[in-house]
Amino acid sequence: MESAEKSLLRFTTTGSVDDGKSTLIGRLLYETKSIYVDQYEAIKKTSKRKGLKDVDLALLLDGLAAEREQGITIDVAHRYFETPRRKFIIADTPGHVQYTRNMVTGASTADCAVILIDARNGVLTQSKRHGFIVSLLQIPHMIVAVNKMDLVDYSKEVYDRIVSEYQAFSDKLDIHDIVFIPVSALKGDNVVEKSANMPWYEGTTLLHYLENVHVSADRNLVDFRFPIQYVVRPHLDFRGFAGKVVSGTIGPGEEIVALPSGKTSAVRSVVTYDGELQEAFAPQSVVLTLRDEIDVSRGDMIVRRNNLPQVSSRFEAIICWMDEKPLSMADTYVLKHTTRTVKAFVSRIIYKIDVDTLHRGQASSFGLNEIGRVEIAAASPIFFDPYKLNHGTGGFILIDPLTNQTVGAGLIRGVSKTLEEVIEGEKKDEVQQRRSPHAVWSGWNIPREVREDRNGHQAAVLWLTGYSGSGKSTIARRLERVLFDAGCQSMLLDGDTVRHGLCGDLGFSAKDRTENIRRAGEVAKLFFEAGKIVICTFISPFAEDRAFVRSLFPSGRFFEIFVKCDLDVCKRRDPNGLYGKAMVGEIKEFTGISSPYEEPQHPECVVETDLHSVEDIVGALLRQLEKDGIIERIYLS
Amino acid sequence: MRGPGPTSVVRSAEMPSYSLSYLKQLESESMYIMREVAAEFKNPVMLYSVGKDSSVMVRIAQKAFHPAKIPFPLMHVDTGFKFPEMYAFRDGFCRDIDVTLIVERNEEWIAKGCHPLKMGVDKCCSYLKTGALLEALNKHGFDAAIGGARREEEKSRAKERVFSLRDRFGQWDPKNQRPELWDLYNTRINEGESVRVFPLSNWTEQDIWQYIKIEKIPIVPIYFALEREVIRRQGILIPVSSCSLVEDSNQLKTDEEKIETVSCRFRSLGCIPCTGAIPSRASVIDDIIGEVRAAKKSERENRVIDLTSDSSMEQKKKEGYF
Repeated sequence: MESAEKSLLRFTTTGSVDDGKSTLIGRLLYETKSIYVDQYEAIKKTSKRKGLKDVDLALLLDGLAAEREQGITIDVAHRYFETPRRKFIIADTPGHVQYTRNMVTGASTADCAVILIDARNGVLTQSKRHGFIVSLLQIPHMIVAVNKMDLVDYSKEVYDRIVSEYQAFSDKLDIHDIVFIPVSALKGDNVVEKSANMPWYEGTTLLHYLENVHVSADRNLVDFRFPIQYVVRPHLDFRGFAGKVVSGTIGPGEEIVALPSGKTSAVRSVVTYDGELQEAFAPQSVVLTLRDEIDVSRGDMIVRRNNLPQVSSRFEAIICWMDEKPLSMADTYVLKHTTRTVKAFVSRIIYKIDVDTLHRGQASSFGLNEIGRVEIAAASPIFFDPYKLNHGTGGFILIDPLTNQTVGAGLIRGVSKTLEEVIEGEKKDEVQQRRSPHAVWSGWNIPREVREDRNGHQAAVLWLTGYSGSGKSTIARRLERVLFDAGCQSMLLDGDTVRHGLCGDLGFSAKDRTENIRRAGEVAKLFFEAGKIVICTFISPFAEDRAFVRSLFPSGRFFEIFVKCDLDVCKRRDPNGLYGKAMVGEIKEFTGISSPYEEPQHPECVVETDLHSVEDIVGALLRQLEKDGIIERIYLS
Repeated sequence: MRGPGPTSVVRSAEMPSYSLSYLKQLESESMYIMREVAAEFKNPVMLYSVGKDSSVMVRIAQKAFHPAKIPFPLMHVDTGFKFPEMYAFRDGFCRDIDVTLIVERNEEWIAKGCHPLKMGVDKCCSYLKTGALLEALNKHGFDAAIGGARREEEKSRAKERVFSLRDRFGQWDPKNQRPELWDLYNTRINEGESVRVFPLSNWTEQDIWQYIKIEKIPIVPIYFALEREVIRRQGILIPVSSCSLVEDSNQLKTDEEKIETVSCRFRSLGCIPCTGAIPSRASVIDDIIGEVRAAKKSERENRVIDLTSDSSMEQKKKEGYF
């Protein structure tokens, strides 16, 4: 794979002193051949001088003279390595009590966190603290590497005990995805190669997980947020707003509103050095020009008219204090949020969190490395989303205007007046608990490509979404028949069918709908890997659920087909009499009546069943599949 | 047929995959950093060393401010010991892309004949590079200097922030760095302090070459291999044409040493006395990329400057060098 096409994973590593973190990273670098001979020779020399028998890979990482003298890590360091699949940026952070601020710093940009636990010591207070910070900073994926397994005779019992103890703790946290891997960084077990010493462990190696963890779905591509960084004005006829798309997407012609002025306009063009774009998305840096001359400058934010962030000068946030000088409610700070800088003070301390017990207590101040919840009052409003939904518009820093030091990091929870106390300890959802932690991923026996060769067409997933009665099933049935008759391998997954069997235990609440779609997506994935063209008809009203399904497939193989039909027409069609029941309240949470439908923003196809015939639509879909290289031309009889 | 034609039945979308390659992500991050500098500092400058990283940095600056010109000058701190090809390239390149170029030299020490063999590598660097840089920053009153250093290059750089605070003497205090969270850079400084900004912090040598290839960025020709007459010394190849600069003329030992003709290139560009060539047949970018991928040694292997002690780079950085 060309380097330019690889994906990127940023991860952070942390552990207590002597957990072997440096050795682990050294091992990753060494085994991915990211260590140069001259660097290796240098540490070999040093190892010898220190009287060590083996080359100490950890020496690769101890950067500063002070650290080498004391044999510790005192600051965040960044490391780089790559494999044929991915590029990796490691933010390597020390795990000492006094360096919580560094871990928060390293964690702020991470897609994944690797926490080390020494198998001999078990779960320490610090291991819990690290997990807490992972949940606080909402790092989407977390790996607990139980290290030094060689020193506990590769004992399954020791490992299981640590896993269950840590799991009991992490269940209290808001962690989305956690895996446990028993390793020996020193000997190399389960780091890159599967260990022969732990046949009882059936999961993946650390590197395999890092290479395969899916992170692009963690991005927020829904809420368009564009904080203006810089106004580009080369001459009187051009006025462009430079910035980075923090989240969401935008293209020419879309209507926007500028905050805080509230002035509206539309995007004229998305300008880049490499030409204008039809669409920009996070995290691209671009220049936007607008149709109207409205007054906007650095610190303002451009958003869509129908999707606004919260605007307030009073809000609640979790603060991590990072300065020797404690937080004082009497002091004024400089708050930097997106590209906007405002004066602010802490108007109320709601509670302080004891990081070790997770208990909340009263406090009048925070000292270095202390964490708690506060209310902030800013001199002028900022435009934000809760950190949980949008890291780019939910995080801020506090600067002491006297010393200019960065003294605090903040994670916005919401507007202070309307927000009730969020019940802490939102447990991991049920899906998580049902997950089998020891399931082995061993790859497919016969690769999809081989099956596709034999079938004479590519595998693909056609996901038809739309209201009940919009015509999804009618189109799907006709389309599959045509494909089948033309000799294609196909399968039809119908929402109703699936609910009779696989999803018979699910109802129609938002949560159950999400699970229903998740299962359907996974089943589609199995058929897809079997080389089939899978046609799925699901109302699938929530964009997030559809995005999840999309994330399961390679790009170019998933076709989101929006079956568009006026709701009144659907109601009139009402093939199963469901609308009638829903309207009289017999069916609760019915899409279009008592439950929302989020229209696809960027479907591959939109078909309008109230305007076109089934044959026309099927014909057009076939042409689309042909154009995208899934099938050869098929003629409708 | 009823209704509109088939093409309008399906609103075919050139489906954006919304995936941004690794290099494009790095590029976007670097553009963002440069815009922060331009927006938040009064008098920024970009340090231009004529090397490959500088070339990439300038291209990203062009992208960051397009269609406007780069809103800050470039400054080359010249030791007088650079390769002739570098001077020629520098002047042509800066003319072509229409930027303001400032060249600063420590004339006093150059006139005194400052040379690594006479003064030692550390001292020579200290006067001609660090001293000249600090003086130039002072003279122009620059409050932010954008540099092309990468964290992957050297172990002390791995510990440095993107926005690296320097005191009034240009010194870096590794133990007193500001936490850097998300992409929220603290750009506030006190009177007399300045900031070094490293937009390429997260790039590797491999990334730099890939980007040069994709973007067709011009670079100094001595990065490419050519048959050159060289003397081999401690595994480093010194071109004969540079010998007069490498040695004191009265110490020339060329008659004792064998002059060989070797196909070689320069992996990184520094001062002639401290930069050797490496044997190579890489005559086009793809060859270099292959070479870097297979490289067994780090790119500063041919720099005499880093080899003096375990923490030589850290020491220099503390004094104000990059």
